[in-house]
Amino acid sequence: MSYSAWILLTASLVGMSCGLVGVLLILRRMAMMADAISHSVLLGIVVAYLVTLQLSGIHMFIGAIIAGLVTALLVQSFHQLGVQQEASIGIVFTTLFAIGVILISTKAGNAHLDIQHSLMGEITFIPWNTVELPFVGSVPMAVVSLSIVLLIVLLVLLLFYKEWKLTSFDPVFAASIGIPVTLMHYIFMSLVSITSVAAFDAVGAIMVVAMLITPASAAYLWTDKLPTMLVLSCSFGVAAAWIGYYVAVWLDTSISGAMAFATGIIFLISFIAAPRYGIIAKHRRSRASAALTEHA
Amino acid sequence: MNLLSYNAQWVLLSTLLLGMAAGSVGVLAYWKRQSLMSDTLSHAALPGVVIGFMIMGSKQLPVMLLAAAVSAYFGAWLVQSIRNSSRVKEDAAMGIVLSVFFGLGIMLLTFANRMPGGGQSGLDHFIFGQAAAMVRSDVTWMAIVAAVVLVVILLLFKEWKVSLFDASFAQGLGLSVRAMNSLYTALLVLVIVIGIQAVGVILIAALMIIPAVSARYWTDSFAKMLILSALFGGGAGLIGTLISTLGKGLPTGPFIVVSASAMFFISLLFGASKGLLVVRYYRKRAKGSGQKAIMAGGVTEGGRG
Repeated sequence: MSYSAWILLTASLVGMSCGLVGVLLILRRMAMMADAISHSVLLGIVVAYLVTLQLSGIHMFIGAIIAGLVTALLVQSFHQLGVQQEASIGIVFTTLFAIGVILISTKAGNAHLDIQHSLMGEITFIPWNTVELPFVGSVPMAVVSLSIVLLIVLLVLLLFYKEWKLTSFDPVFAASIGIPVTLMHYIFMSLVSITSVAAFDAVGAIMVVAMLITPASAAYLWTDKLPTMLVLSCSFGVAAAWIGYYVAVWLDTSISGAMAFATGIIFLISFIAAPRYGIIAKHRRSRASAALTEHA
Repeated sequence: MNLLSYNAQWVLLSTLLLGMAAGSVGVLAYWKRQSLMSDTLSHAALPGVVIGFMIMGSKQLPVMLLAAAVSAYFGAWLVQSIRNSSRVKEDAAMGIVLSVFFGLGIMLLTFANRMPGGGQSGLDHFIFGQAAAMVRSDVTWMAIVAAVVLVVILLLFKEWKVSLFDASFAQGLGLSVRAMNSLYTALLVLVIVIGIQAVGVILIAALMIIPAVSARYWTDSFAKMLILSALFGGGAGLIGTLISTLGKGLPTGPFIVVSASAMFFISLLFGASKGLLVVRYYRKRAKGSGQKAIMAGGVTEGGRG
């Protein structure tokens, strides 16, 4: 496959896994938790690197999952100790992220890890960092890890589909019929963490936030059905990846920046023109109901 | 202070004032339950910073700050209109604005870095903050704006208090809650804009969130909370900047944030009003005298949920 095909494949994989996880984030009203986890994942990666002195594979994932869960746990416990939820998120992720940046700039600075990379990603280098796989030949590392993550996300989502639906829409009822709501919460946080870390390496922290929140929010404006929303969110994510890539090539600018911006364009179009909850549709409906009352 | 150069002393003074201003505005944000709004607006300021640079062709701080303010304000407006006119909730709206604006900022940054003189302009410092890279005129601007923010908060102390805690009473007094809201957003944007050079767009929010929450552990009074938060913020600014000047090329922002977090942990444990030790002590005593209910109400202060 050609250079740009690999980049497009990588970004599409990011778009799909983030699109799926994002829908649950939006429905569970935990959008800013994604912001928090995608930042604190950095600390997990840095610590994993400092402990093992290896920058690839399973170490990074384990470090990131731990960092994600620690973030979720800390936010929860500060909240229980009386800190407002929002403030608690703000304290936890800025602190963990700051520690990560300090460790990079003092200890791990000359490694492949650098701060710029962690924010913006280095998607342009992805096709060069390959592994040999049986049957398929040489494949970029990021494509392998992102495919595994997408599979895990899909599996966990489909296996517990009914549970996700219930705990997202009606946690009280879910708890009353014996679904372990807290366990589901932490499983979900782990999903967010592994998605973040796999995407993080490819596209950077901010782009992960864009891909997690924006396509899912756009999809939320189009439909009330969970399956439709999942499919739409994935498609929006992939579309943003492609649009972003070609815009970036055309303007010769940051690829991940352009992809994040493209998610915004898709949201804007949905915000204005979505048939169900867009502002045009809303406007029409309110005019129609005004006309009705006039006639009556 | 003899060890520090004249310039370094100025930088310290300005981060001290910045921390105090951020700490005070943070208290307003805390009671409005808008802690993460500052995070959103600071990310949203990045495209403005870069556009300001591109318009002038060199690093002209006033123009860049003005453009940053416009960009952050636009972000605030977008969050509000997404929340008000669609079913998307506020936290998702903040996430969207934060990440999309930042993406745009990064796109623009690559253009700016290609411009003649762009590579050396230190624009990248705006992301993580580099107090050491500030020149005298930057420092002066920062100190002046921070002082203005502090004065506005102090002068309108009563108005803030009323509009935050008793909106209907405020209206009865003829105080426009809307005007106070706009002023609050303006102060928030000002602090972000002067803070991004020293602390960076990613972490400036921490300087507004952490001191206010820490102060909450020491007191129930709004006035005392304001003073304490300003002191914590100023202290964090000062200590963080000092540490970052010890090594070469150390980013300032992260050290300021970690200093603030250290104060938070101390407050969480030892805070005189809601600190864990105090609460535990009172609980024990209450248990002993059979009055469990005394503290139960005062300890937690639920979030939005």
